[in-house]
Amino acid sequence: MSFTGTKFFKSLFAGLAIVAATTVPVWASEGAAGKEEKFEPGHLILHHVVDAHDWHFATIGGHHYTLYLPVIVYKPGQGLEVFSSSHLHHHAEGATAEAASHASAHTEHGETDAVDNGHSLAGKIVHNGYYLDENDKLQRTDEATFYDFSITKNVASMFISVALLFIVFFSIAGAYKKRGVGRPSGLQSMLEPIIVFVRDEIAKPNIGPKHERYLPYLLTVFFFIWFNNLLGLLPGGANLTGNIAVTLTLAVLTFLITTFSGNKAYWQHVFNTPGVPWWLKFPVPLMPAVEFIGLFTKPVSLMIRLFANITAGHIIILSLLSLIFIFESYAVGIVSSIFVVAMTFMELLVALIQAYVFTLLTSMYFGGAVADHDHDHAHDHDHAQEYEHEFGQVEAAKASTGV
Amino acid sequence: MGAGIGAGLVAVGAGMGIGRIGGSAAEAIARQPEASGKIQGAVILTAAFIEGVALFGVVVCLLIALA
Amino acid sequence: MNLVTPGLGLIFWQTLTFLIVLFVLSRFAWKPILSTIKKREDEIDEALKAAQHARQEMAKLQASNENLLKEARAERDKMMREAQQTANAIVGEAQEKARTEGNRLMEDARNSIQAEKAAALAEIRNQVAELSLSIAEKILKEKLANDAAQQALVNSYIQEAQSSLN
Repeated sequence: MSFTGTKFFKSLFAGLAIVAATTVPVWASEGAAGKEEKFEPGHLILHHVVDAHDWHFATIGGHHYTLYLPVIVYKPGQGLEVFSSSHLHHHAEGATAEAASHASAHTEHGETDAVDNGHSLAGKIVHNGYYLDENDKLQRTDEATFYDFSITKNVASMFISVALLFIVFFSIAGAYKKRGVGRPSGLQSMLEPIIVFVRDEIAKPNIGPKHERYLPYLLTVFFFIWFNNLLGLLPGGANLTGNIAVTLTLAVLTFLITTFSGNKAYWQHVFNTPGVPWWLKFPVPLMPAVEFIGLFTKPVSLMIRLFANITAGHIIILSLLSLIFIFESYAVGIVSSIFVVAMTFMELLVALIQAYVFTLLTSMYFGGAVADHDHDHAHDHDHAQEYEHEFGQVEAAKASTGV
Repeated sequence: MGAGIGAGLVAVGAGMGIGRIGGSAAEAIARQPEASGKIQGAVILTAAFIEGVALFGVVVCLLIALA
Repeated sequence: MNLVTPGLGLIFWQTLTFLIVLFVLSRFAWKPILSTIKKREDEIDEALKAAQHARQEMAKLQASNENLLKEARAERDKMMREAQQTANAIVGEAQEKARTEGNRLMEDARNSIQAEKAAALAEIRNQVAELSLSIAEKILKEKLANDAAQQALVNSYIQEAQSSLN
C-alpha cells in the first residue's frame, strides 16, 4: 500500500512538473498603464466566471499578475501541440512581438496572407495559427477543426483541489490507520462527522441496504464539489463548479451509474409504471414517454442547479463589487463591501448546501435504480417504518392509515 | 428591460416559494418540536431546489442583459 | 470561453481527473476510513452489549444472593424458633418437676407437723392432767391441814346433804 502510494505521488509530481514547465508566470508590465479604459461590468463579470487560458490574479498599477497556462491542442493530421498561452497574450514585449509572431505563424505553417485577411485579426496575437477571440476562446486562423485540451484556469484549479483532496484524505486515512478505532483527533475529528453524515443521512436512507457500493462515489462527489466550491470563493479563484462542463461531467457520471445499476423493477417502473391506468400506457405510451424523458431531465437538473447556483453566487458578488467602480464613491464602496461580506458568508453556506443537494439527489436516483420492490408501496412502507422509529407507535398507526 | 422584468418575476416566484416553505416549516416545528431536525433538513433541501430554479432564471436574465 | 457551452477540454480533464480521484480516494482513503469507522461503531456496540450483559449478570447474581440470604435468614429463624421451643419445654418440665417435688415436700411436712402436733397435744393433755392432780392434791392438803377446816368441810357436806334430802 505504502509502495503504491509513493509511486502514485511520484507520478503525480512528475505530471505536475510537466505542467509547471509549460506554465509561464509573468509578473511584468504590459505597458498598458496610462490608457484609461472604460469600465464594463458585464464584460468583467463574464470574464471572471468563464474559463480562461491564463490565470489572472490582479492588475496593480498597470502590472498584470498572471499565470500563463499551457495550451494543448490536437489537430487531426497534425498531432498534439503544446505551448504556453503567454504566446497568445500581450505581455512584456507584446506590442512589438505581435507582428513577429504573426509572421512566424505564417512562415512556419506556410499559410497565405489571403486566409488571414479574411478575418479581423486586429490586435490579436497569432501563434502557430492559433489566437484567442474576444471571449478568450481559442480559434484557428484557417478555421480548421481542432480540439482544445488546454490546461485552462479551471483545469489548473481542479488540479489544486485534487491535490488538496489527496493531502487531506490521505492524512485522514493515515490517522485512521495509526489510531485504529481510537478516538479521532484534529482534521480527522473535523471531517469524520461529515463522512458519517454522508453515509447515514444521505446514502443509507435513500439507497437502502446496498448503499455501501455507492458510498465512495457519493463521498468523492460531495467533497469534490465542496472543496471546489470553497476554492472558487477565494480571491482569484476559478469558477470550476460554476462551469457547465464540470457539472455536465458529474451529472453524466451520476446518470451512467444510475442507468447501469438500474434493476428490473427500475426499468419496469420506467416503461410499465405500476399503479397507473392502462390507457396512459397502451395506445399512446404517454406515461413511459414521461418517465423516459424523466431519466434525462434528472441529470440535466443536477447539472443546471449546481452550475446556476455557483455561477449566480459569483455574479452577485462581482456585481456588488462592480457597483463600487460604476459609482466611484466611497459610500457605495463601504455599503457594497458589507453586502459582499454578507454574500460571501451566504456563499460559504451555499457551497456546502449545493454539495449536499447534489449528493442527496444522486443518492436518491441511485436508490430509485436499486429499490427492490414496487415503488409506491415501498415508499409508504418505508415511511411507516421511519415514523415508527422516530415518533412511536401512535404516529405509525396514523401514518399507515394515511391520517 | 426584459432582463430586469424577468429577474423581478424570478424573485417574486422564489420569494413566494421560500416563504411558503418557511411558514409551513414553522408550523410543522410548532406542531412537532421533536421532529425539528428532520423538518430543517427538508426545508434546506426544498429551499435549495427553489433557489436552483430561481438562479436558473437569474442566469438567463443575466445572459440577456450581458449579451 | 462561453458561459453555457461546455468546453470539450474541460470535460476531458474533468472526466479524467474525477475518475482518477474517485479511484484513488476509494482505494486509499474511503476504504480504510469507512472500514475503521464501521469497526469502531461495531466495537462500541459490542462494548455496550457487553456492559448490558454484565449488568444483567450482576442483577442476576444480586438476586441469587438475595435469595440465599433470605433462605439463610429463614433457616436461622427456624432454628431459633426450635431452640426456643426446646428451651421452653425443658424449662416447663423442670418447673413441673419442681412443683410436684415441692408439693410432695409440703405434704410430707404437713403430715409430720400434724403427727407432731397430735403427739404434743397428747403430751400436753397428760401433763395437764398430772399437773392438775398434783395441784389439786396440794390445794387439798393445804385446805384440810387444820381440824377446824376439816370440820367446816364436813359440816358443809352435811349441810349439803341435808339440804338435798329436804
